[in-house]
Amino acid sequence: MQDQNVKTTAYNDSVVRQFSIMAVIWGVVGMLVGVIIAAQLVWPELNLGLPWTSFGRLRPLHTNAVIFAFGGCTLFATSYYVVQRTCQVELFCKKLAAFTFWGWQLVIVAAAISLPLGYTQGKEYAELEWPIDLLIAAVWIAYAVVFFGTISKRKVNHIYVANWFFGGFILAVALLHIVNSAATPVSFWRSYSAYAGVQDAMVQWWYGHNAVGFFLTAGFLGIMYYFVPKQAGRPVYSYSLSIVHFWALIFTYMWAGPHHLHYTALPDWTQSLGMAFSLILLAPSWGGMINGIMTLSGAWHKLRTDPILRFLIVSLSFYGMSTFEGPLMAIKTVNSLSHYTDWTVGHVHSGALGWVGLVSMGALYYMVPRLFGQKQMHSIAAIEWHFWLATIGIVLYISALWISGVMEGLMWRAINTDGTLTYTFVESVKAKHPYYLTRLLGGALYLSGMIIMLWNVLKTATSGKPALAYIPPVAAHS
Amino acid sequence: MSDFTSNFWPILITAITLLGIFGCALLLWLTSKVKVTSSNDGTSGHVWDEDLREMNNPLPRWWVWLFILTIVASIIYLIAYPGLGTYKGRLDWTQEKQYQQEMTEANKALAPLYAKYAAMPVEALSTDKEAKAIGERLFMNNCSQCHGSDARGSRGFPNLTDHDWLHGGSPEKIQETITNGRTGMMPPMAAAVGNADDVKNVANYVLSLSGSMYHSGRAGLGKAKFAICAACHGPDGKGNPEIGAPNLTDNAWLHGAGEAAIIRMINEGKTNQMPAQGEKFTPAQIHVLTAYVWGLSNKAGKTEK
Repeated sequence: MQDQNVKTTAYNDSVVRQFSIMAVIWGVVGMLVGVIIAAQLVWPELNLGLPWTSFGRLRPLHTNAVIFAFGGCTLFATSYYVVQRTCQVELFCKKLAAFTFWGWQLVIVAAAISLPLGYTQGKEYAELEWPIDLLIAAVWIAYAVVFFGTISKRKVNHIYVANWFFGGFILAVALLHIVNSAATPVSFWRSYSAYAGVQDAMVQWWYGHNAVGFFLTAGFLGIMYYFVPKQAGRPVYSYSLSIVHFWALIFTYMWAGPHHLHYTALPDWTQSLGMAFSLILLAPSWGGMINGIMTLSGAWHKLRTDPILRFLIVSLSFYGMSTFEGPLMAIKTVNSLSHYTDWTVGHVHSGALGWVGLVSMGALYYMVPRLFGQKQMHSIAAIEWHFWLATIGIVLYISALWISGVMEGLMWRAINTDGTLTYTFVESVKAKHPYYLTRLLGGALYLSGMIIMLWNVLKTATSGKPALAYIPPVAAHS
Repeated sequence: MSDFTSNFWPILITAITLLGIFGCALLLWLTSKVKVTSSNDGTSGHVWDEDLREMNNPLPRWWVWLFILTIVASIIYLIAYPGLGTYKGRLDWTQEKQYQQEMTEANKALAPLYAKYAAMPVEALSTDKEAKAIGERLFMNNCSQCHGSDARGSRGFPNLTDHDWLHGGSPEKIQETITNGRTGMMPPMAAAVGNADDVKNVANYVLSLSGSMYHSGRAGLGKAKFAICAACHGPDGKGNPEIGAPNLTDNAWLHGAGEAAIIRMINEGKTNQMPAQGEKFTPAQIHVLTAYVWGLSNKAGKTEK
């Protein structure tokens, strides 16, 4: 299969470079907004009394920025990088790939303007109004065409496991986004959901949980399956394990949404199905963790000296932890304590900061020097600093919200012998103050690590220059 | 079950659910038997991007058992609880029943305590230390959101510590208010009063009733027009608790004092609502809460009529 013109073609890495740099910049922005709203919870006066800077408007700005701007740009960058190298062909349709970059940046800018102005559909993680939703759909379809186009012209016969996950993520997110965003526009900046009442809630959480399952899990598992074996210099642990956990994961995730609606107007049978499949989800999730961590067998010593590998492996530990916590919290009796408390917020952040954040940073640290013709990042010491600031930040953040969440849940359900509630709501708010301060500290540490990364990435990029990566000949046994 | 519009859906969903769960088990079983032709380095022989390879270590046994365990647990759960279409589950559990059961148990446990209080008149209850503490806790968790934790209210939310009562301050009336809620409604009256000048005149007459600052010339002109207002507020402006019409001769102004606020009220009217609490409490709890609220303005020893 090695044809004569292989040596003359290089991978299309300019779109990868663009997405990589923007991922780091949006990461700093999104996390900064997170730190600001965490500070608002400690000192409410920091909302400045203005509608544009109030918690209710900045919170969706934070979630959209970190998930879709930071996470999204990372996914675009890594998937384009990985799909080219594991198919050993150039990206399909250069112009369409460029459109996904500029289109996605436009989505992010539109979100950053419209959310503080108060334009929202009121659906968590799907707040953006319908004109932006249409742009997202267009960009996403272009993304699918570029990705699957590249797969279809691959030079390597077998499709590498990372691409199963990227492919599953791209298809599922298209489906989720289009179904959940279906709405009737009444004006350019106003629309109403196509669904009513509890059906609307069910569609929203089918979307919401699968946004976690496909955007923040399957996509990032794709990242893991390329960058962990590459950085460790070891083969992937088990092909069988990747097959079974891939299919079980993408099938089971689709059912888990109703656990967000325990003890609500949602019919009992729907709640039960959500819980049952959330339990089954534990093993498929852990399959990915095992496959990643065990890939290191024979190379454990590298963790001592290689901070990039440490980012990747610690992210898998957080992944394992939060995917154990998830099924636990989906159990009805546990959920009746944890629901509506800070425990949920802590759980999300152990996945977001620990898993999604760290694996992204590890992958970006791997790619950036290669993209700019450098041997390694400008400062390895800075990567070490970033790693420890981020890890300590996560631990402070999630342990503060565990304590705060469980305490809050217990306070809400505490009942006196006369049948009255032991605590008023405002007493539970007051009791959370020290934990909110700790969470702010944790978040600020995490942000400071990200700022160091931005400096390190810009230094690396400016001291090198965009590098051409030539496509190597295809190995004989593929 | 009304969750489904036809018999088709529950059967379809049950089938997909069971196929899904057994599919997971089947996938696990089949994959554990897959043999990948290994090259001599222990990998599958496929190579991507120069050095990416895959080994095919067997599925970790503990992980397989974990998977099986969750599958079995889920099947048991779906046998015990409602989840498969219209099948009700062996335990015949519903969240509605769970709620009813917990409420019944709690009310049963609380009955003796409240029976003691139910037998006491509000006046006596309002000085009972223990009953007052219960009343205060009920108030803090259910009333203070609007009336404030000091019960002094705020604009639009009545002060419960004074002697000004829109619907009457007797224990019976307070109990009625808590149980059924209240809706206060003043229609927009500008058209009935006349032009903007007439409205201003009436407003000044209203101000004169409570001895507030007013324009005496305008008040004199407005007096005749006040007849329209008198239908609810009474000829002397002292209000009518039967329909919740406020007393205009005191200094309690629920929706704001002064000429501008009164003119706005005449022009726009107002509908204000206290939601009914009867569904949330047992009658005995409302009795205790009534005593607490009544006691806020009727301190022991200086009860006024």
